[in-house]
Amino acid sequence: MDSELKAGGRLERVLRSGRFAVTSELNPPDSADAEDVYRAALVLSTVCDGINAVDASGAHCHMSSVAICALLTRAGYEPIYQVACRDRNRIAIQGDLLGAAAMGVRNVLCITGDDVSAGDQPEAKRVFDFDSIQLLRTARMMRDEGMFLSGRKLTTKPRLFLGAAANPFVPPFDWRPMRLAKKIAAGADFIQTQYCFDVVRLREYMRHVGDLGLLDKVYILIGVGPLRSERAADYMRTKVPGVVIPDEVVERLHKTPKKQQRDEGKRICVEIIQQVREIEGVNGVHVMAYRQEELVAEIIEAAGLFPRPRRTGESDPASRARPRQRAQSADSP
Amino acid sequence: MLRFLQNYPHALEVIYDLFEKSLMPFRRWLKPGSALEPAVIWIEKVGKGAVFDCRMCGQCILHSTGMTCSMTCPKNLRNGPCGGVRANGNCEVYPDKPCIWVQAFERSIDMPRYGYEFLKIEPPVNRRLEGTASWINMIHDIDDEMPDGWVNTDEIPIITAEVEQEVRRRWTVDSWIVS
Repeated sequence: MDSELKAGGRLERVLRSGRFAVTSELNPPDSADAEDVYRAALVLSTVCDGINAVDASGAHCHMSSVAICALLTRAGYEPIYQVACRDRNRIAIQGDLLGAAAMGVRNVLCITGDDVSAGDQPEAKRVFDFDSIQLLRTARMMRDEGMFLSGRKLTTKPRLFLGAAANPFVPPFDWRPMRLAKKIAAGADFIQTQYCFDVVRLREYMRHVGDLGLLDKVYILIGVGPLRSERAADYMRTKVPGVVIPDEVVERLHKTPKKQQRDEGKRICVEIIQQVREIEGVNGVHVMAYRQEELVAEIIEAAGLFPRPRRTGESDPASRARPRQRAQSADSP
Repeated sequence: MLRFLQNYPHALEVIYDLFEKSLMPFRRWLKPGSALEPAVIWIEKVGKGAVFDCRMCGQCILHSTGMTCSMTCPKNLRNGPCGGVRANGNCEVYPDKPCIWVQAFERSIDMPRYGYEFLKIEPPVNRRLEGTASWINMIHDIDDEMPDGWVNTDEIPIITAEVEQEVRRRWTVDSWIVS
């Protein structure tokens, strides 16, 4: 990888310094109150190097990812702006990329997006004007060549660290490493994977990725997360697109008394983190804890990934008083 | 319904090859806006519709996608399967149907001529060509026109030359991945 920083955000610096990165995702509020975003960010900020702002994941409407990113950068957090191809065409997406960069967003995750049929408004029109690879390529051209897809020049290039998703756990398995190769060629600097519950499959995937000579071309963060209960596991494997949970994991939760299932789910997650850390080419983890963000800190600490690296002189944004909150800043940790 | 023909991708790619060559001498008459265009559109719609469930995007890439129409993917993806494929290989959107990209991949490794083009990065779809005759667009290279800002992705190496050689060699062998 070349020596110049592509965007200069915290996530990029942590990854480039060779440290094991941790990212997490913010559950977007169904509200018009900025405080809801800050409250959700507060429990994540000290324990991770970047916070994903999801773009209507599962095709459910929430506060938009670009707005969440704007709020987060204002308070000094490091957001990862997720852009899905489902809802917006190429004109809207390119404009939003510029706007996000102008607001200080340094990381973008380019994804296809769950289909509208997964959400609560399945009658909506699907857009999918771009696919994720075309989106990545376009974002990269805006950053490196300084122009829109049409060829029209930008006066200032957006500085963006470009991410893509990968799902090693669904068919066609032989193709998945090659798909990663395509995403890297299209412009991916980092990868965040789908939930990993099958470390054996991941190991196999990473071996093939290594065989294709891709490990030094991209930073790979493995998606992990705690299962709240056996029921939650069942829901996720049947209702959430792309999530595969092996029977052994569900069986392990099944054998656990109901009241302890939450702890067991957390334990499984920590074990998976410890196992994936040992795999060559894994540069970090992406901890997703839908509606149980408070667990993220516990998991990261239990996995031995706390405290997170900070630049010298950099204070934690959570303890930095925000303009509106100055009076309450004594409450923050 | 002639969908079963899709299970012979190696034969289809030969037909594609011959067909492209046989159209070339008629370039002068087969032009966009020519009197023959409606007829070509009709033949394409009926013929390719029966075999491939063609959606008339006007910029056919069948030979690069395992002789499987990428526009039949509910997400209209052009560059391979999304991450929503079900564990049994079925589509995220239609749980009872196989993912067309899983089929496309399996077919493409049965295609010695064009199968490797599965690795190509396809540019964004030119929506203006929807409903036009891709055969006419093909012989006049209209379907190859790209937006000015799109750096031609055909030239980008997806993997290093060394590895590529090995992948190409194994393309039609049962286990094609380098290991």
